[in-house]
Amino acid sequence: MDAQTIIARRVAQELRPGNLVNLGIGIPTLVANYVPEGLKIFFQSENGLIGTGPIPEQGMAHPLLTDAGGRPISALPGAATFDSAMSFGLIRGGHVDITVLGGLQVDAGGHLANWMIPGKMVPGMGGAMDLVAGAKRVIVAMQHAAKGKSKIVAKCNLPLTSGRPVDMVVTDMAVIAFPGGKATLMETAPGLKVAEVLAVTEAELAVPDNVPEMKL
Amino acid sequence: MKSVSVEEAVALIPNGASIMVGGFMGIGTPERLLDELVRQKKSDISLICNDACRPGMGVGKLFDGGQVSRMIGTHIGLNPKAQQQMLGKQVDISLVPQGTFVERIRAGGCGLGGVLTPTGVGTLVEEGKQKIDVNGKTYLLETALRADFALVHTFLADYVGNLSYALTARNFNPVMAMAADTVIVTAEHIVPVGVIAPDHVVTPGPLVDYLVANG
Repeated sequence: MDAQTIIARRVAQELRPGNLVNLGIGIPTLVANYVPEGLKIFFQSENGLIGTGPIPEQGMAHPLLTDAGGRPISALPGAATFDSAMSFGLIRGGHVDITVLGGLQVDAGGHLANWMIPGKMVPGMGGAMDLVAGAKRVIVAMQHAAKGKSKIVAKCNLPLTSGRPVDMVVTDMAVIAFPGGKATLMETAPGLKVAEVLAVTEAELAVPDNVPEMKL
Repeated sequence: MKSVSVEEAVALIPNGASIMVGGFMGIGTPERLLDELVRQKKSDISLICNDACRPGMGVGKLFDGGQVSRMIGTHIGLNPKAQQQMLGKQVDISLVPQGTFVERIRAGGCGLGGVLTPTGVGTLVEEGKQKIDVNGKTYLLETALRADFALVHTFLADYVGNLSYALTARNFNPVMAMAADTVIVTAEHIVPVGVIAPDHVVTPGPLVDYLVANG
């Protein structure tokens, strides 16, 4: 199983019946592919839709129905559309149960940096800051390391997305949560030992007596 | 509400004007007005728009010809020209969180001085802003935003200017239609009064100053 599939499958296990969920671009988008059959989830697209469906079949796309990247999508039965004030009212107002976002860095205190690299990449934060500030649960879905460097750092040196810590980080190597504000190793990827995860993690992780493997 | 040609509508806009443009990555954007802004070579525009779209599309057309001097928006990541112009300091681009962006416009249209939001607390966004504690929680004071013109695109407009939007093309349009001195609208369909039921009117006609004739 490749890294992205491990991450997406594990994040999908966090979804509960009836959840309103917002998926960011990149790996988070893949989570929709692994929703257990029969589980009713409402996916929000922040450009103004609850009930996003898959890419439409050939010839069925509508130019006025897209995701937040401008790509054609479909709407499922029961979908609802609304303006951007409502869309971000849902996000900031705590009506979104789970947001899944990509990350550049998460630090030992659970702080996320995912919107800019000073001097290199300044695309703008879009909806990311509101999602982290307002969603009930924030899950970061990202690779554990990039170019051999841990993305789970002691302290973020990239600009933060929010002062609010995230709730969970799912990587291709581990699940990390922050009980009591302390980065804690909750699970390892199948076949990985705790020591192997710690060896490639810059942040200090608390390690409970029992750290199970992800069940994928 | 007055019906005008697209040429007349854009002729109302002086160089140096502040312009809100509806749309999200070009979806729900009044493309005909943007094409005409390009044709009439309007310059020194202060643009208020969610994103910079892509080159050749939506408000991206205004960056192609260097017509924008200032922009307030939330995302320019898919328009390399806008990014180059920002890094080269040809355009002063202020990036704000999307929920804050729309609430500032909503406040501008609703007679509010601004809004208090938790978004941005503990980040670069809080720099230079007043922080206010309410019931033990910290918020940023984000001030209201208005413009000289709002360029709005709708699915349906009737003869008195009532507007009804479609799918994800609604986005910022109804909020911007409240927040500018002059509101100019393009519609996919202009329909007789009554086709849009009162319950389905999103932007009431009195908010619309000019409806651009089709054809």
